[in-house]
Amino acid sequence: MTHISVKVDGTTYEDDVEPRLLLVHYLRDRLGLTGTPIGCDTSNCGACTVELDGVSVKSCSVLAVQADGSEVTTVEGLAHDGELTALQRAFHDKHALQCGYCTPGMLMAARDLLREHPHPTTDEIRHALEGNLCRCTGYQNIVRAVQAASEEEVPA
Amino acid sequence: MTDQAVQGEVGRARPRKEDARLITGQTNWTDNISVNGLLHMAILRSPMAHARITRVDVSPALERPGVVAAFSGADLAEGLNSLPCAWPVTEDIVLPDHPPIAVDEVRHAGDPVALVVARDRYAATDALEAIEVDYDPLPPVLDLEAALADDSPLVHSDKGTNRCYVWPLKTGEDFDSVRQRAEVTVKRRYVHQRLIPNAMEPRAVVVTPLAASGEYTLYSATQIPHILRVMMAVVTGIPEHKIRVIAPDVGGGFGSKLQVYGEEALALAVARRIGRPVKWTESRSEGYLATHHGRGMIQDIEIAANRDGKLLGLKVDLLTDMGAYLMLVTPGIPILGAFMYPAIYKMDSYDFTCTGVFTTRTPTDAYRGAGRPEATYAIERIMDELAHELGLDPVELRRRNWIGHEEFPYTSIAGLTYDTGNYEAATEKALALFDYDKLRAEQADRNSRGDTVRLGIGVSTYTEMCGLAPSRVLRDLRYAAGGWEAASIRMLPTGKVEVITGTSPHGQGHVTSWSQIAADVLGVPFEDVEVVHGDTKAAPQGMDTYGSRSLVVGGSAVHHAAVKVVDKARKIAAHLLEASEQDLEFSGGVFSVKGSPDARKTIQEIAFETFTSHDLPDGLEPSINAEHLLDPENFSYPHGTHLCAVEVDTETGQTRIRSYVCVDDVGKVVNPTIVEGQVHGGLAQGIAQALYEEAVYDDEGNLVSGTMADYLVPSAPDLPEFTTERTETPSTTNPLGVKGVGEAGTIASTPAVVNAIVDALRPFGVDDVRMPCTPERVWRAVRSGMEASA
Amino acid sequence: MIPPAFDYVRPTSVDEAVRALAEGGEEAKVLAGGQSLLPLLRLRLAFPELVVDVGRIPGLRGVREDGDMLVIGAMTTHHDVVHDPLVRRHAGLLAAATATVADPAVRHRGTLAGSLAHADPAGDLPAVVLALDGEMVAQGPRGRRTIAARDFFVDYLQSSLEPDELLVEVRLPKADGWGFHYEKFHRVSQSWAMVGVAALVRRADGHIAEARIGLTNMSSVPLRATATEQALTGAGDAEAVARAAESAAEGTHASQDASATPEYREHLTRVLTRRAVLAAAGMG
Repeated sequence: MTHISVKVDGTTYEDDVEPRLLLVHYLRDRLGLTGTPIGCDTSNCGACTVELDGVSVKSCSVLAVQADGSEVTTVEGLAHDGELTALQRAFHDKHALQCGYCTPGMLMAARDLLREHPHPTTDEIRHALEGNLCRCTGYQNIVRAVQAASEEEVPA
Repeated sequence: MTDQAVQGEVGRARPRKEDARLITGQTNWTDNISVNGLLHMAILRSPMAHARITRVDVSPALERPGVVAAFSGADLAEGLNSLPCAWPVTEDIVLPDHPPIAVDEVRHAGDPVALVVARDRYAATDALEAIEVDYDPLPPVLDLEAALADDSPLVHSDKGTNRCYVWPLKTGEDFDSVRQRAEVTVKRRYVHQRLIPNAMEPRAVVVTPLAASGEYTLYSATQIPHILRVMMAVVTGIPEHKIRVIAPDVGGGFGSKLQVYGEEALALAVARRIGRPVKWTESRSEGYLATHHGRGMIQDIEIAANRDGKLLGLKVDLLTDMGAYLMLVTPGIPILGAFMYPAIYKMDSYDFTCTGVFTTRTPTDAYRGAGRPEATYAIERIMDELAHELGLDPVELRRRNWIGHEEFPYTSIAGLTYDTGNYEAATEKALALFDYDKLRAEQADRNSRGDTVRLGIGVSTYTEMCGLAPSRVLRDLRYAAGGWEAASIRMLPTGKVEVITGTSPHGQGHVTSWSQIAADVLGVPFEDVEVVHGDTKAAPQGMDTYGSRSLVVGGSAVHHAAVKVVDKARKIAAHLLEASEQDLEFSGGVFSVKGSPDARKTIQEIAFETFTSHDLPDGLEPSINAEHLLDPENFSYPHGTHLCAVEVDTETGQTRIRSYVCVDDVGKVVNPTIVEGQVHGGLAQGIAQALYEEAVYDDEGNLVSGTMADYLVPSAPDLPEFTTERTETPSTTNPLGVKGVGEAGTIASTPAVVNAIVDALRPFGVDDVRMPCTPERVWRAVRSGMEASA
Repeated sequence: MIPPAFDYVRPTSVDEAVRALAEGGEEAKVLAGGQSLLPLLRLRLAFPELVVDVGRIPGLRGVREDGDMLVIGAMTTHHDVVHDPLVRRHAGLLAAATATVADPAVRHRGTLAGSLAHADPAGDLPAVVLALDGEMVAQGPRGRRTIAARDFFVDYLQSSLEPDELLVEVRLPKADGWGFHYEKFHRVSQSWAMVGVAALVRRADGHIAEARIGLTNMSSVPLRATATEQALTGAGDAEAVARAAESAAEGTHASQDASATPEYREHLTRVLTRRAVLAAAGMG
C-alpha cells in the first residue's frame, strides 16, 4: 500500500492504495465519484478523461499513486453552485450527447482544447477530440457545441 | 375522438430533459451501483474457438485473498436452463442448447468456462489466473460455405449439421421464367463483414438478492428490461414475480443490449447461491468476445431487367453467420431484411432464400438496422451495377423503377404495404443540395486528366420496415412475443403528469419526446411531465426499445393514453360545469363550455378533483389516469435518398469522404433536433461499416481485432460534416404520423459510400470493393483493374 | 481490465532509480508517462514485479541546448516537445511527428524517451530520431553511456538499454536549415501508423545535397531508407525524387496484420517516401 494525497474537485483525500490501482478506479470505487466512466482498456475511447494538474489525461492510464500530490478535476467539478460551464450549456443546447456515456470525457477534452486554443476551427476541434470516441452522435453536434462554447467569453 | 389541443410541442426542437444529469456526471450507469457487501464477479473465458473441456479446477482460486466463491460450469449447471432463442424462424430449425456457462464444450473464443466472486474487481480478476482448465482442441468452423459441406467439422455435433435453417420467400412470377425473358441479368456476390456494435457503455449487471423473501433485483445495461425479466424467470427458475429488472442509465445499445445474456443469468444464479449482491462489468476487450456481433453474411444477388432499365425480378441467396449459438433473435435478423431487398422498386418476381450457418465464433444478433442494412446494401449496389451495364445514370435507373408517389399505398412484391412515401421529392431535394451535375462534371474532368485522385459519386435510396411490429405478423414469422407497446399516464393531484412507458431508452431522448407528445394532448406545460421507464416495478408492462419502434409504437401509445385521460376528464368537467360533454371544448388544457367562455376547468383542476373525490359524477371511478396498450396495425416505412462524394487516392487507396447529403422522410417529426442527431449517428455507423470496421478472425478462430486499438471505431477527424434534410409524408397508420428514425442513417449510408468508391474506380474497370474498403483493398482493386486493361 | 499487482518505488534521483532497477533486475519496469506501459499492464501483457516511477525525479523534464545539440530530458512529454520553441526551431521534424502521436490526453502524459525506450517499430518517434541521427544517454550502475539511435533499437519492443539502465536524455544534432516532413499513413486518426516516413532534406543550389529518411513500422525496428537517401543526392526535380523513392522499400521486412500485407506496406513506403521528400524539399 502506498499513501497518497489527492485533491479532487476541490476536496483533498488521503488514502492508502495499491500501487496498481488506476486513477479512474480510485475516483469511482474509492471516492464514489462515478461521474467519470470507463469505456475501454486500451486508452482509445477517452470516456475517462479528467484534468490532472491542469491538463487532460485518460484516468484509466494513470495510476492513482502517480496522482499523489496532484489536483484532479472531473466532470463533477465543472459546474459551480448549479452554474453550468459554457461547454456544458453548449452540449445541451446543440444536442451534443445522446446516451451521454462519452460526454464527461468529451467535455474534459474540449475544455483542454479551448484553454490552449480559445477559437478553434472545426478541423482543429475534430483533431483535438480524436482520442474520444462517441458512438451516438457522429460527432457533428459535438463539434458544433465546442464551436458555440468557443464563442463565449469564458468558454471552458 | 377528443379535440386536439394545439400547443405546438410536437415538432418543436426542444433541448433534452435527459441532458442535465449527463453533462454534470450525475449518472446512474449499472457499474456505478454499489450496495453494502457487494461482490464482484469475473469470468474465465475460453482462449480457444472450439474444444472439449476435460477438466476445470477452481479450488486454487479459492485460496486467493478476497475470493468468496468460485464455480465451474458444472457447478452451476443445476438450476440454469438454456439461454433462450425467441425467434425459431422455421419449424425445423436446429436449436442447440446454450448453457450460460460452458459445461463440457466451448464453441467460440470467449465462451465462459468458470467464474470467481471476490470482494473487489481486482481480487476477482487476479483469482481467474489460478483456475486450472484442460482443453481437448476441436476443429474450428469458420467458413460459411465449407461449414455446409458433408465432411465439415460440426459446431454442435449432436445436431449432425451446421445448417441452422433454410428460410424461403417466393412471390410473383417464377424467377427462372423472368430470367429467360429478361434482356439483361446481373449477378453479384456481396459480403458483409462481422461488426462489433461498440455501445460506449460496456455491459454490466448487478444483482441484489433478498434472501428471506427470495426476491431479486437485477440491474442491467439492457435495452429490454421487460423481456429480460420474463427470460430470467425461464432461465433461472426464479418465479417472474420475484424478479425486478431495472435498466438504469444505459449508455447506448445499437442492438447489442437487445439480448438476454449468460452473464445476467450467472449473476442471478450466483447471488441465489451465495446470498450476496454481485456485480459483473465487462472490460471492452472482454465484451468484444462476449457481447454479440452484427452482420456477417454472404449475399448472392441476381437482378433481371429490360434494356430500358425496367426491373423484372430479383433473386437473393443468403448465407448468414449465426455464430456458435442462437441468441435472442439471431435467426430472425436476416428475415427482417427478407422483405426489404425489393426496396422501393416495382418488379414482377422475387425469389429469396436465407440459410443460417453455425460457426465457432461469437454469436451474431441485432446490430443497428438488423437485416435491413444488408438488404439495402445488396439492392443498391446491384442497381449501380445494372445502371453501368445499361449505360444509364444510376439515379435515372432508380427513377425508372421506383414506386410513384401517386401509387401509395403500394403493396411491394415482397408483400409489404407501404402506406406513404415520396421518393421523387426526397431525391430531387438531395440532388439539389448535393450539386450533383457539378460533381459529375468535375469527375469527368479528373478522369480525362488521369488525375491520381479520383472523384466518385454514390447514391443510395432506401426504405425500411420500422415500428416493430404488428403481433399477428410476428406470429406468422414465428417470433415468440408480441409487438405491442404500453403507456400509462398518471395525473398527480398537483397537476403534474407522470408518463409511464414500456419503451426503454438508452440515448434516444424518450423522456423529452414523450413529454412533448403528452404535453400537447393534455395541454399541460412540457416541464410538468415526467417520464418513467426502465424498471419493471415502476413501468410494469412493455416490449422495450429496438427496431426503430419506440416512437411509432410507444410514442403512439402515449398519445392514445393521453387522449383517454382527456376523455375521462371531460366527463368530470361536464359534471362540474353542469354542461353536457358535447357542449365542452378542450384546448390548451382547459375545458370550456361553448358560448360561455367563463365556464372553464383546467385539466389540472380536474386531476385535483379526482384526488379529493368530493364531487364526482355518480358511478365514476375517482381517477382520470389512463393506460393504453397499442398493437400497431402495420409497420412504418421511412425512406430517403443519400448521396456521397468520395475522393480516392489511387496511389495509396485512401478514401476521403468529401461531401455527404441525405434527405430522409421519417414522416412527422416530434423533435427535429433529436431526429437530426439520430441520423448523424446512424450515418457514422454506416460509414464505419463501409470504410473502417471489421471483426477479423484468424484461421484458428481467434478474434484478431480483439481490442479497441485494433477494431477501428472512427473518431471525429475520420468522419465528414453531414448535410441532413428531410421531406415529410406522414404515416397513415399511427396517430402521430411518424415513421421511426433510429436506423435510417445506418441503412442508407453504407451502400452510398461503397457505390461512390466503385464509381470513382469505374475507369479502372473496378466493379466491387469488399467492405471495409480498406486502403489496401482499394489499391488492389485499382491495380488489378489496370493490369486487366493493360 | 485490471493491472497485475507489483511493487512500486518512486525515486527522487537518477542514482536512486538506477539502484532500484539494479535490485529489481529483469522483473523491474520503468514508469515514465505510462502511456505505453499502462495499457500493457491492463491487458496483462506484462507482469513486472517492480515498477520504478521516474516521474518525480527533478531535472529530467525540459529541453536545453548544448552547443550543436538539442538535449531533451527523459520526462519531457510529447505535449512539451510539440510546443517547445527550441525543438520547433532546431528539430521541426520531431515536433511535427510528435503532433501526430496518439491524441492530446496521451501526449500530456507520454514522453519522448518513454516512446523510444518502448522501441515499438510502429511508434512514430523511433524512426524520426533515427532520421535525426539522435543519440540516447543512458545511466546505469556503471555510469553514463551514449548510444547512437542506429544502435539503440535492437528488435521488436527491445532497445539496447540494460535492465538496470535508465534513459535520461535524448540528444539531437540541430537540423537547422533542413527541410522536413513526416508522412503518416493510418486508417483512422487514432490508429498506429501502417507506414510512416520521416524525411529530412538539405538542399544546395536547387538540388538535394543530402537526405535522411526514417521508416516507421517497416521492420521489427525503425529503419533508414539508405538506398533512397543515396539516390536522392543531387536530385533536382520531382521526377528524380520519384525515381529515388522507388528503392525506399529495399531492406525492409514489413509485417502482416489485419490492416495490411507486407507487399502493400512496401508499395506505400515508396509512395509516401516520394511525397515526404517532395514536401521536405519544398518541391511538392
